[in-house]
Amino acid sequence: MALYILGALLIIASIAFVIGRTKALAICGNNVSSLHSRPIYHGAFLSICAAVPSFIFIVAWTVFSGSVINSIVKSRFAEQLSAMGLPQVEAVLRDAKALAFGGLVGFKDDLKVSASEAYSSLQSTSDLLLLACVVLLVVIGSVYGFKQITPAFRTRHRVEKFVLALLAACSLVAILTTVGIILSLIFESIRFFEKVPFFDFLFGYHWSPQNAFEGAGGTSLSDDNSRIFGAIPLFTGTFLITFIAIAVAAPFGLMSAIYMSDYASLKFRAYAKPALEVLAGIPTVAYGFFAALTIAPAIRGWGEAIGLSVSSESALAAGLVMGIMIIPFVLSLSDDVINAVPQSLRDGSYAMGATKSETIRKVVLPAALPGIVAALLLAISRAVGETMIVVMAAGLAANLTINPLEAVTTVTVQIVTLLQGDQEFDSAKTLAAFALGLVLFVITLCLNIIALRVVQKYREQYD
Amino acid sequence: MEQTEIKMSGKDVSVSYGEKQALFDVNLDIPAKQVTALIGPSGCGKSTFLRCLNRMNDTIDICKVSGDIRLDNQDIYHRDIDVVELRARVGMVFQKPNPFPKSIFENVGYGPKIHGLANGKAELEEIVVKSLQRAGLFEEVKDRLYEPGTGLSGGQQQRLCIARAIAVSPEVILMDEPCSALDPIATAKVEELIDELRENYTIVIVTHSMQQAARVSQQTAMFHLGYLVEVDDTDTMFTNPSDKKTQDYITGRYG
Repeated sequence: MALYILGALLIIASIAFVIGRTKALAICGNNVSSLHSRPIYHGAFLSICAAVPSFIFIVAWTVFSGSVINSIVKSRFAEQLSAMGLPQVEAVLRDAKALAFGGLVGFKDDLKVSASEAYSSLQSTSDLLLLACVVLLVVIGSVYGFKQITPAFRTRHRVEKFVLALLAACSLVAILTTVGIILSLIFESIRFFEKVPFFDFLFGYHWSPQNAFEGAGGTSLSDDNSRIFGAIPLFTGTFLITFIAIAVAAPFGLMSAIYMSDYASLKFRAYAKPALEVLAGIPTVAYGFFAALTIAPAIRGWGEAIGLSVSSESALAAGLVMGIMIIPFVLSLSDDVINAVPQSLRDGSYAMGATKSETIRKVVLPAALPGIVAALLLAISRAVGETMIVVMAAGLAANLTINPLEAVTTVTVQIVTLLQGDQEFDSAKTLAAFALGLVLFVITLCLNIIALRVVQKYREQYD
Repeated sequence: MEQTEIKMSGKDVSVSYGEKQALFDVNLDIPAKQVTALIGPSGCGKSTFLRCLNRMNDTIDICKVSGDIRLDNQDIYHRDIDVVELRARVGMVFQKPNPFPKSIFENVGYGPKIHGLANGKAELEEIVVKSLQRAGLFEEVKDRLYEPGTGLSGGQQQRLCIARAIAVSPEVILMDEPCSALDPIATAKVEELIDELRENYTIVIVTHSMQQAARVSQQTAMFHLGYLVEVDDTDTMFTNPSDKKTQDYITGRYG
């Protein structure tokens, strides 16, 4: 129903546009310069007046009508439903809805059938009501808008204000979504910290959430909880792998960026840069295969050859491959900042008799340094958040170690394993995932803020 | 023209950028310890010629230079010539002031440092101070030598670039429209400076201002569409040009 109305609204809006424009032309007697705003603004204004209020109304109606109908049905059958538990009530309502609007129904009984009748009658009332309101709004809006069209009316300002509001609303959606995600992280984390003390979580040395028994059959072992949810091994693992990744990506990325921007011929650059950026397009799962099936065994083989014990899933393998993954990231960003250093600075240096390498080391790199630091920080937050490679190549064992040859695990990997399979959403084990997510979010947020700050400072450097 | 020592000379210099030829068989002698002004309408090849004199054109991939350019009678495009050493002898100041994003001190000290001209910090300081003094900038910046050079005004930045160029004790200084980004007062200061520098250095300056060419230079060369149209004493050139194009150009009738 709402869809048809939306379609009709589109048509109404286009008609209103034509009418508004025609009226504007008519009142000025084709002497357009006597109008304050050009005719298309009058057209746009009239279509906004006609269609936008109803559109907002429809959106609001579709959002709220479902739950209103639900509560009406519930109150009508309050007597029968009061005897049941919450899951049963939900099941009955679900089946009744399915009967009314089509869908899979478990089994029929009288209650469900009469509830479904209530649903369909309420739905048709709701549709009629919606239609009536929309018609009313369209009529009021069009009449108001039509009357407003006079030569002196500052239509352009109104239309531009509307466009401004539209743009602001769009950005608001993105911001509100972010806020929603953060709030859900925070609230779930608070529930977790009710079960496990904050500092025990943050500074505990032992991580084995699979030992957390709770709820049906188990006794609450809150003492244990504070001992088995120690996140230090996870963060050590995360930082170990990130460190290895950056140790790989920073020199390779940076040096190839220098080569690309200052040494390579234009022709070589035209082919090589896209080729390197293809690396960025490889799905991380594919990197994961590569790490688990090629790099990890190879490292174990080499280790054994020189008498080291290397586990078959190692931090080194995951870190190396992750480093390769973020090379194009570092390369592309630092290439951009190195290229952004004005040619005039290079010329100034060459004109002093500086060699190419002196120019790069003493003029170009210092000028680009803040940008390069920002690129590395962004690469780090990328590496900290990476999951797939680590799942496949570094293992799941939460060892507290800084030996890169052992299996470690990271925050992201543990979030995945905590939320895998059927889970109760209020057990400490599941909630731990949110707490980990929150900490991870805070870390990457800080890195990004620092990176942006550095970039800002860098922008003021030359000019 | 009175008989003077020739510092640099170009014979049959042609330059092309890819397919497009920018300079055709230019023959020009640059006398020592004088100011030579290169004038002509935009795109006439005067900057291109200037950039040949210290091989700055080498930094442009598609640029091809032919002909014979000599510094103290030595071919600067010869295989044995180290371009780094050449540029230390033939410095350059650009159209837009381009101080490095470093402190004033480091800007001037950059050249002496990379060429190892100073033994120790005291000597380096001496070179920096002397260069700033010669560029007429020292009094204005002596209290903030360690602040960024980019914080100076445009005219000060340009004099900083001149100080930077003379810090490596070049023999020739090339200036590519050094005053085009400056206001009249800053321009007057730079012109005064050029006049003083003439005592110790050979200077080649590209300029769009006829008055500037007349004020600072002793020899003027007029370029048009890649050809050297006329070269003469500045006085002769401005009072009695032999070429019609030159006459039109310097009287402002065309260009």
